[in-house]
Amino acid sequence: MSDFETVIGLEVHAQIATGRKLFCRCRAIFDAPPNEHVCPVCLGLPGALPVVDQAAVDLALRAGLALGCAVRARSVFARKSYFYPDLAKGYQITQYERPVLEHGELVIDARTVRIQRIHLEEDAAKSSHVGAETRVDYGRAGSPLMEIVTHPDLRSGAEAEAYLRELRAVLLHVGACDGNLEQGSFRCDANVSIRRRGDTTLGARVELKNINSFRFVRQAIEHEAARQRAVVSAGGTIDQETRGWDEGAQTTFVMRSKEDAHDYRYFPDPDLPVLRCSEARVEAARAALPELPAALRARLMAELDLDARQVEPLVAHPGVARFVDEVLAAVPEGERQRVARFVLNEVCPKVETEGLRATLPVPVQPFVELMGLLAEGKVHATAAKEVFSFLVAGERDPGAVVEREGLGQIADAEGIAALAREAVAAHPAQAEQYRDGKTKVLGFFVGQVMKASQGRANPQAVREALIEALA
Amino acid sequence: MSELASAVDLVAAVHAGQDADAAAREAEARAEADDRNAFLHVGRTPAGSTGPLAGVPVALKDNLCQRDTPTTCASKLLEDWVAPYDATAVARVRAAGAALVGKTNMDEFGMGSSTEHSAFGPALHPRDDERVPGGSSGGSACAVARGVVPVALGTDTGGSVRQPAAFCGVFGLKPTYGAVSRYGLVAFGSSLDVVGPLARTARDAARVFDVIAGHDPRDATSLRAPHALTEPGCDDSPRGLRVGVPEALLEGATDEVRAAFDAALARLRAEGAEVVPVDLPHAKLSVSVYYVLATAEASSNLARFDGGRYGLRVAGRDPGAMVRATRAHFGAEVKRRILLGTFALSAGYHDRYYGQAQRVRRAIARDYAAAFSDCDVVATPTAPTVAFRRGEHADDPLAMYLADLYTLPASLAGLPALSAPAPVASGGLPVGVQFVAPARQERTLFALGARFEAAS
Repeated sequence: MSDFETVIGLEVHAQIATGRKLFCRCRAIFDAPPNEHVCPVCLGLPGALPVVDQAAVDLALRAGLALGCAVRARSVFARKSYFYPDLAKGYQITQYERPVLEHGELVIDARTVRIQRIHLEEDAAKSSHVGAETRVDYGRAGSPLMEIVTHPDLRSGAEAEAYLRELRAVLLHVGACDGNLEQGSFRCDANVSIRRRGDTTLGARVELKNINSFRFVRQAIEHEAARQRAVVSAGGTIDQETRGWDEGAQTTFVMRSKEDAHDYRYFPDPDLPVLRCSEARVEAARAALPELPAALRARLMAELDLDARQVEPLVAHPGVARFVDEVLAAVPEGERQRVARFVLNEVCPKVETEGLRATLPVPVQPFVELMGLLAEGKVHATAAKEVFSFLVAGERDPGAVVEREGLGQIADAEGIAALAREAVAAHPAQAEQYRDGKTKVLGFFVGQVMKASQGRANPQAVREALIEALA
Repeated sequence: MSELASAVDLVAAVHAGQDADAAAREAEARAEADDRNAFLHVGRTPAGSTGPLAGVPVALKDNLCQRDTPTTCASKLLEDWVAPYDATAVARVRAAGAALVGKTNMDEFGMGSSTEHSAFGPALHPRDDERVPGGSSGGSACAVARGVVPVALGTDTGGSVRQPAAFCGVFGLKPTYGAVSRYGLVAFGSSLDVVGPLARTARDAARVFDVIAGHDPRDATSLRAPHALTEPGCDDSPRGLRVGVPEALLEGATDEVRAAFDAALARLRAEGAEVVPVDLPHAKLSVSVYYVLATAEASSNLARFDGGRYGLRVAGRDPGAMVRATRAHFGAEVKRRILLGTFALSAGYHDRYYGQAQRVRRAIARDYAAAFSDCDVVATPTAPTVAFRRGEHADDPLAMYLADLYTLPASLAGLPALSAPAPVASGGLPVGVQFVAPARQERTLFALGARFEAAS
């Protein structure tokens, strides 16, 4: 066991899913042509003024309440000043001393991660370097962000990854962020330091910037912690600096040293009055909260008698969770487990998600009808899968599909009895064994009859018919 | 060219059927002929024949955005910048039927009290080539005083409408903070900036104010309460109004200014107003407070002029070098204020300067609140001197800052203030008398201001 422990705090920049910028009326969409959605405000033209989009505030409130935060009745927007081409005004509008949300927490694997604060801020423009040129897309400038900052409560890359996955799920479920890492609507910075076990003070921290996958976060943190341990073990000291993650080389590299630290000269933005969140407003946001992933997970585990890993696909996206809930509500209680297995095995692999939208392969109603046919024994499991694929292809009446495709279960006793007799006649040796008391060969005969019926016979009826035919 | 009519008379004529563009054509010709360097750009937009400003030619200070028109703020940084949109106040003046006839000279970005700090040369006093017209709205004040236009828009951060109005002998209103939208006003000190009219009659000033005032959803600091018309205030009697005079503040005024101020008070007394003493104990700290807060905000507001997107760009080998080379073209006064403001916001000094200034600012507002329990308006001269000579403060910026002492307290408190031409001896330079009222009480200001006539 190492003498050192790793101490990690995370900062997540989550784009608020309003589809609009935070301080103007421009649309905020990822794949628009460069500089398409811009106006005097987000370009920082002389004379333009910001006006906060209250819809973004309300979504942030929902996210904060879901994370157990206290809401500040009067929060303040501040200007953070520095020069960079992607910063249209020479300052970023953010919240500094008085953020809108504070003192939250998120429980992961029975561990509580304290959330220090959530504040609102505008995104910068997007720079790209093309040869000697720097190109700037102000289409992103002013996009609405909430920055979610934890206390340094995490102790490993794996914990950090688990926290991020759960945070993303919470934001998705409350509809506050589409959680798209590739498009940058969920971005993570990690503050990493090490200290000798037992120490209570924090070591010099290194900020790891802009890591764009959960796996990379874990790797970058583990790598950085190892680097720091090596430096300290060799008698060196850790410099407070900002480092990036080089995925190809699997190593971190220095982006900015402490000497480059800015004096951001924060002060309250005189263009924006105090942001007020009345109790009524907070209660309205609270009332709009859906069941959160942790509660949903626990409920489904209990209702379906599944473990956490098994229910995860049902919890991962709110669109799937809604589907599951609607379906479960419409089927008899005794059928729930079977239906859930069908959803996990057949429906979940075919779900397509894009941000907050989930496209289910089938609508609820025909799916519930199919589950009804299954429950009533009108189709059995194999046939049900076939009917399901017709539904995926666009059919909406499972009963008609069963009829048309001849997928109904063969329930007529005489037909099954005939198949049973044929099977016994075709395999006299096995029949002899059965009669000698090796009743296990009954399974063999069931298989033969099922095969002959192309899977449509009721296995229980087959079993009974065989016992009779073999007697 | 015919005699310049008041805006109110012009509107009446246009409503009676007179050619709506006639006055704008005359104003454009006068602006072209202007030898005071009051205009940075001349160009006429069509007038409307209906509305409360139908047919009225209006000049705009060059820090107000007018779409498709140069808006330079008298700075090299914006020399070639053409605004793509109208400021809200400009759009409202247009919608009221006014013709826009030109953009007026000013101190660069509004920083100065003389219109000498213009990158395009100083504007001159309307009557005296050796003197300044005041500032920073000196071009607007001069244009109105010279009869180029009956009314103009200026902007006031610490006195920039009122002091040039006083120096040029016209009316200048600084409205309640937030009464007029700042959208499209190129920011200097955002918590102080206000758009206001300059005019030759109190009634014209009130008319223009009533047009530009009112809530604007694009300015989060604009007042939400509906605007009540102030123009009828010009017909209100000053009888019974209590005019508070903070005697302690008046020590610095010259004899010439003091005499005109006393004459103004005498006229109001004769009209039935009562003059009472009041005290504004923190007002004398206004200069220090203002030059911390306004410069702090300015240092941030002017950060966007980095050569990146519009305006002047001086190439550099990297973005940092470009920013530095571009910003080297700010004028000396602007650089001084950016440095002051940057310092005031810096780590380690923030509370000592910015924080302390905010606290004193609140104390000044409380002083007014207390004073208004004893009076309806506070009166002082608008400036301690008449128009000073060009170059007089060139080596002593502090002296120039101190000359703002009478206008700054109302700016810091966000209160409405009107500068009206005080009675002066024949041949004397104009002197302004300033009235400050409680928030949103502009109508009271006009009840007093309308007792005075513009100097001719």
